[in-house]
Amino acid sequence: MSDTLNLTLKVWRQASPSAPGEFKTYKVYDISTHMSFLEMLDVLNEDLISKGEEPIAFDHDCREGICGSCSLMINGQAHGPDRTTTTCQLHMRRFRSGDMIVIEPWRARAFPVIRDLVVDRSAFDRIMTAGGYVSVNTGNAVDGNAVLVPKQNADKAFASATCIGCGACVAACKNASAMLFVSAKVSQFALLPQGQPERSQRVEAMVAKMDEEGFGGCTNTNECEAACPAGITVDNIARLNREYIRATLTAE
Amino acid sequence: MTTEAKPVLDGRIPAGPMADKWELCQRELKLVAPTNKRKYDIIVVGTGLAGGSAAASLAELGYNVKAFCFQDSARRAHSIAAQGGINAAKNYQNDGDSVWRLFYDTIKGGDFRSREANVYRLAQLSANIIDQCVAQGVPFAREYGGVLANRTFGGVQVSRTFYARGQTGQQLLLGAYSALMRQVNLGKVKMFPRREMLDLVVVDGVARGIICRNLVNGQIETYAAHAVLLCTGGYGNAYYLSTNAKGCNVTAAWRAYKRGAMFANPCYTQIHPTCIPVTGEYQSKLTLMSESLRNDGRVWVPLKADDTRSPEQIPEAERDYYLERRYPSYGNMAPRDVASRAAKERCDAGFGVGSSKQAVYLDFTAAIQRDGESTVRAKYGNLFDMYQKITAEDPYKSPMRIYPAIHYTMGGLWVDYYLQSNVPGLFVLGEANFSDHGANRLGASALMQGLADGYFVVPNTVADHLATRKLTPVSTDHPEFRRCQEETTNRIKKLLSISGKRTVESFHRALGKILWEYCGMSRSAKGLEVAIQKIRGLRTEFWQDVRVLGASNNFNQDLEHAGRVADFLEFGEVLAQDALTRNESCGGHFREEYQTKDNDTLRDDQNFQHVAAWEYAGENAPAVRRTEPLEFTEVKPTQRSYK
Ligand SMILES: Cc1cc2nc3c(=O)[nH]c(=O)nc-3n(C[C@H](O)[C@H](O)[C@H](O)COP(=O)(O)OP(=O)(O)OC[C@H]3O[C@@H](n4cnc5c(N)ncnc54)[C@H](O)[C@@H]3O)c2cc1C
Ligand code: FES
Repeated sequence: MSDTLNLTLKVWRQASPSAPGEFKTYKVYDISTHMSFLEMLDVLNEDLISKGEEPIAFDHDCREGICGSCSLMINGQAHGPDRTTTTCQLHMRRFRSGDMIVIEPWRARAFPVIRDLVVDRSAFDRIMTAGGYVSVNTGNAVDGNAVLVPKQNADKAFASATCIGCGACVAACKNASAMLFVSAKVSQFALLPQGQPERSQRVEAMVAKMDEEGFGGCTNTNECEAACPAGITVDNIARLNREYIRATLTAE
Repeated sequence: MTTEAKPVLDGRIPAGPMADKWELCQRELKLVAPTNKRKYDIIVVGTGLAGGSAAASLAELGYNVKAFCFQDSARRAHSIAAQGGINAAKNYQNDGDSVWRLFYDTIKGGDFRSREANVYRLAQLSANIIDQCVAQGVPFAREYGGVLANRTFGGVQVSRTFYARGQTGQQLLLGAYSALMRQVNLGKVKMFPRREMLDLVVVDGVARGIICRNLVNGQIETYAAHAVLLCTGGYGNAYYLSTNAKGCNVTAAWRAYKRGAMFANPCYTQIHPTCIPVTGEYQSKLTLMSESLRNDGRVWVPLKADDTRSPEQIPEAERDYYLERRYPSYGNMAPRDVASRAAKERCDAGFGVGSSKQAVYLDFTAAIQRDGESTVRAKYGNLFDMYQKITAEDPYKSPMRIYPAIHYTMGGLWVDYYLQSNVPGLFVLGEANFSDHGANRLGASALMQGLADGYFVVPNTVADHLATRKLTPVSTDHPEFRRCQEETTNRIKKLLSISGKRTVESFHRALGKILWEYCGMSRSAKGLEVAIQKIRGLRTEFWQDVRVLGASNNFNQDLEHAGRVADFLEFGEVLAQDALTRNESCGGHFREEYQTKDNDTLRDDQNFQHVAAWEYAGENAPAVRRTEPLEFTEVKPTQRSYK
């Protein structure tokens, strides 16, 4: 069994936000199956630099699946073929020698390309700014055990709160909807006592901002759940819809 | 090297009994009236736990805050990756915990090389942090009755660590980030993501602003303020391979150093015992397996050297649970420096496992038999998954293979009790300062420190700076801003013009190898001298032969990396120099010449019970070593024992 791969990569190159982009084809040889996908790109980049060609730009930081920096459509799949796995945690043992791999940036109106595979995801920050918090100033807190939270609720809130904000849900959705992202934050707070006072305003403000940023609507194709590296489920979207209806019905 | 001749540094520790110092200090601190706060601008560089919490809290008070980070969002600071938990002296478990015990454990864990008063304050504030985070909606782990759950971390005998499965840092950071975003919405914080701070601007001796590169369009931008807070994290990436994120750097701190701020104890680096071992030359980072795993995992190697059997084939009687053997009262929960050295000792003696022989086992068989796989999965599921993704081995079935790796840096910019550096107006928070962990940090205490600094300490102490110092109006038109901007631009031009043959990455890797070999888990005077020569050689080569492609006026990641490596190449030498000058062993700084017969650290309190702070003396002059003596009034320094 060979431990190394030879691959053909088709990579989206785009010099700037306004420049036209195109696919370029590269060959990489002797890629160890133990490498992560990004380490494979590192190897390619080192090679490009030595040939005098500018390296491929891609976002990454923690390389352990938690910061949400890395992205990439790999053969048409957000974060590649493995479920609940970010691109930085995807390993080359998943591929076969001779494979051709197509690598593109997230494609969505709300995520414009900055360069090559790097996109601008600041729309997510703006949605959070609209209401993704509990309004409590430093110093206002009561004892941590003063408010009891049933374990089941705490666990569910935690599961929603593990969203890494990478944008794969948007990239995977044919409508480029941000519903999974928004629903995860709305759910976390809807499930906790701390989130109750602003429950209605929060969901209304975040949904309004989401629409304003140019994300599409949700048509329940569930591609977002399949692509989510953090395992956020579409149950959250159902809860978001209920929260939204509740908020609009009870509005004064 | 000039030593001890210079006046010693004053940590400005408040008078009074230890337990009252912070309270008394707060009484003395000058305040800024609510209506005046809006007249002050504060720059916060970094949005991790330290910077995020500080920026949000200062904005809540009414200051105008500008917050900067190099990632595309404030939520991606490397605090996000912290796994195991955060300490607090709540004594919810009724197991004898107290502020004093947390203080004592931290002082002892730091091998008596930290400042007592800071550590005491940290322990006092720890409980408020948990309350604040709960109020923000941070979903900590809970018991069935609805109360908060705890686990145990290394170097202590109580259960005081709060956690959110293996993602505590993520949940705490998202809490601070949400508080920050709320202030953005209220117009009190302006966020500047994808900016890299490349210089500190000091006017009339006071920190008054920063120079940044806009990483999207390459513009060199200037920002002025009445105070600058550096919350830029640790320098572990000097070693190339570490558990830090790829972007972690020393640049912001190093640029401040070159503008006069002193760098304290750079040689205090933490090597974490439980990381996934190196597999190949292409490896870009190392992944931590949280210390919390040692609550249930047992560390062992075969009793027989060069044993090639698979772990399952090695019977119980032929295994050496060396931590339990050497440290019976702490066992697998011995502190990190002790556990790391013990792993190295076994591997160097030929007992290592796996193909590289540079690994030991972390075995969960006993825990799975005792509690069942589902219980173990509930506690550590995401860590086990991560291990499996990286190694393609199932840790529920066979033991993990682990080895120590660079993880955290106790050293950092020198600060006084107020978290102010020796440059007035420059405050340093979180991992970027040196303040609380001495020569070794205990697990679950970095998150605690970052949040204590940001939520509770700095909002008070910055006010004192603003209220007491006459701050003349300074705008970015000031000549000093122009000068620093020009220097930054020229440096970037220089990097792009060398057009050599060697990639930035290869220089970084080479530096990392030097530091790991000579300035890693064990150090010697001879080795450190070699390291210094090699680093100097590498630095010269870098400025002659590095190849950085592309332009300065667009998105250019290779250029970003080049600037960071250039700074690591200067900083690395001071790190090695500090290790060479400290002729003792303490915590993570292990000098082979100074050890007990059991291979433990041998301190020299007579000559080294002090902080070493390095002062920049010019481009070609050696850094000057200053000291701050450490006094212990509450805890008497002893030979640390975890036996
Ligand atoms: C894998 C891992 C697990 C850990 N687990 C634990 C744990 O369980 N418990 C615990 O207590 N501690 C843990 N630690 C340690 C702890 O996470 C860190 O020490 C702490 O989070 C550091 O926080 P910080 O705010 O100081 O810095 P960071 O979170 O690193 O933030 C640094 C910030 O500064 C910005 N920045 C840096 N340089 C520049 C520049 N030049 N210009 C502009 N911005 C810049 C970055 O963008 C970022 O926003 C862990 C560390 C690691 C690596
Ligand atoms: S780089 Fe952080 S999630 Fe992939």
